Amino acid sequence: MTLKIFLSRDAAAKALGVDDVADAITREAAARGVQVTLVRPGSRGMIWLEPLAEVETPQGRMAFGPMTAADVPGLFGDLSAHPKAQGLTEEIPFFKSQTRLTFARCGVIDPLSLADYEAHGGLAGLGRALAMTGAEIVAEVTESGLRGRGGAGFPTGIKWKTVADAVADRKYIVCNADEGDSATFADRMLMEGDPFTLIEGMAIAGIATGATKGYVYLRSEYPDAVEVMNAAVRIGREAGLLGASVLGSNRAFDMEIRVGAGAYVCGEETSLLNSLEGKRGIVRAKPPLPALEGFLGKPTVVNNVISLASVPVILGKGAKHYKDFGLGRSRGTIPLQIAGNVKHGGLYEIAFGLTLGEIVDTIGGGTASGRPVKAVQVGGPLGAYFPRALFDTPFGYEEFAGKDGLVGHAGLTIFDDSTDMLKMARFAMEFCAVESCGKCTPCRVGAVRGVEVVDRIAAGDPTAVPILKDLCNTMKFGSLCALGGFTPYPVMSALTHFPDDFSGSATGAKEAAE
Amino acid sequence: MTNTLSSERLGEIIATHAGLEGPLLPIFHAIQEEVGHIPQDALPVIAQALNISRAEAHGVMSFYHDFRANPAGRHVVKLCRAEACQSMGADALHDHAKERLGIDFNETTKNGAVTLEPVFCLGLCACGPAALVDGKVVGRLDAEKIDRIATECGA
Ligand SMILES: Cc1cc2nc3c(=O)[nH]c(=O)nc-3n(C[C@H](O)[C@H](O)[C@H](O)COP(=O)(O)O)c2cc1C
Ligand code: SF4
Ligand code: FES
Repeated sequence: MTLKIFLSRDAAAKALGVDDVADAITREAAARGVQVTLVRPGSRGMIWLEPLAEVETPQGRMAFGPMTAADVPGLFGDLSAHPKAQGLTEEIPFFKSQTRLTFARCGVIDPLSLADYEAHGGLAGLGRALAMTGAEIVAEVTESGLRGRGGAGFPTGIKWKTVADAVADRKYIVCNADEGDSATFADRMLMEGDPFTLIEGMAIAGIATGATKGYVYLRSEYPDAVEVMNAAVRIGREAGLLGASVLGSNRAFDMEIRVGAGAYVCGEETSLLNSLEGKRGIVRAKPPLPALEGFLGKPTVVNNVISLASVPVILGKGAKHYKDFGLGRSRGTIPLQIAGNVKHGGLYEIAFGLTLGEIVDTIGGGTASGRPVKAVQVGGPLGAYFPRALFDTPFGYEEFAGKDGLVGHAGLTIFDDSTDMLKMARFAMEFCAVESCGKCTPCRVGAVRGVEVVDRIAAGDPTAVPILKDLCNTMKFGSLCALGGFTPYPVMSALTHFPDDFSGSATGAKEAAE
Repeated sequence: MTNTLSSERLGEIIATHAGLEGPLLPIFHAIQEEVGHIPQDALPVIAQALNISRAEAHGVMSFYHDFRANPAGRHVVKLCRAEACQSMGADALHDHAKERLGIDFNETTKNGAVTLEPVFCLGLCACGPAALVDGKVVGRLDAEKIDRIATECGA
């Protein structure tokens, strides 16, 4: 008898002890004299079931989780009687109800097997791109409606066109893998679970724009992703996917992985470029646009991991296939990252358009603590806190902007009713103060002042509330980048939607906050 | 890991990376990986090799949270302070960790065993509170796990 077992290698699975489960499987197999093939794919995204083991059966992969070493012997017996049995993985409602385009292979294939990648549709997009002109590729990406998944939502095809039309001796593709937002891990999961998709997307971007060199700026907080990406680039080079002749064509494209150094602001594209050049991560004034004068002054595409990783499926299946999903001007799918105090946390890829309430209550299943949901922060540390009253907001760029919020990188942090929203507002200011690049006063000084003002409110000084509002206004309109400019979102949303938490010990503060 | 960097080895590290576009951060990372910090007397050497000013080299090093001018403890424990981990009670746990170790963030225990550092998000936001112990990820941190980590690190 031989058994084929899939066990995630994703950092979240590792953080929950998957390697102990792997050891136990190897030991148990040896003790029983059973042949086991252990495959280590990325994560299926159901983090609450990690460590998730999947056993291959004629019906499909059977899921077991969350696994501990003690649950391992049961995998060698009657599977249906296993106490951690979850049924067929792809029939689990959280998984089944998704539309997986960008993450189609994540959790399914061995991330470092190029053969596995191709067998599951990999390289189809690049193959098609190699038969097209750069302008045709750019047109296809524009037609798909893909917008930047890094936060700003800028149309990817239009950015590519600017770089394609620029005349220069060298152009670059820079992948923004700084993913600093709390509640986001889509970039990490993709890089750990399907790195060739990102490589393929970057190669297509290079061919479309005439760039021959790519960099992935990957945050140092992701050691596992760094390891997988480096290995994948090496394998890609050996296989001729990267190099002087991409897949045997007359196009050249090669890339390198560069590791960040723990500065949140380096996720901002111009700060990132400075950092990549070996400078301090200070934000650059725009213009010039990076598309015209980017890395080392050359035309540069800066795109988020998910933007680039969505390109292969767009090219592979055609712009229309992608564009037909979505809502309004938010086309295609978005990998929601459901995090924080939530029962079913993880990555959920779906067309734009679900309401916030559906995401939090139906898919997320409410809080992990079992207490009522108080607030959901959408879009990371610069995103607004949404109260239940706004749970009917559909997930889309314009729809969230219309409620004074943002989609950002599509991370959602769920908080239960024990949360003190004044404390969260204070944290937003503190975070901005710690991470400010220091270039402009409203951000550098304003954030420090912001912490002080929130402390005054906490101490019961109602006159500090209008000061906080003024300060937010100054930061919003006087900051060069979104770190200073968007910190008012979490602060003002907390103040607006949860005024009771700002009433301090004094009466009257509540009215002042309205 | 030794704490000293020979000038020979420094020269090798610089030479390995000098051909890169934007070699400074990779050089800093390589040095810190090897000796746990960036010895300050390495800065003028690097500056000269890359044809930048000493002030620039220093400015870059000090801009980034990752790079340290002094050796850390034998183990580095990073605790996530970001929102998703807070929603799962990270703050109270961090107080517990500080008490157990007898130090604040950015300090090292007296016996040199553990340096405690804050970090903002490890991408483990659906299984927080999260930590990174000597580069290894830990999820669903609780007081018991913190005590075990502290003991294993010899603090
Ligand atoms: C403070 C700050 C942090 C940012 N962090 C990230 C990040 O971690 N990842 C990312 O892709 N974009 C981040 N961005 C957005 C980038 O500046 C830029 O818009 C993005 O990389 C463009 O790629 P896209 O069009 O594919 O989204 C950040 C912006 C700001 C202002
Ligand atoms: S807003 Fe803050 S982070 Fe952005 S450029 Fe100004 S000082 Fe730097
Ligand atoms: S918020 Fe702590 S790991 Fe992301």
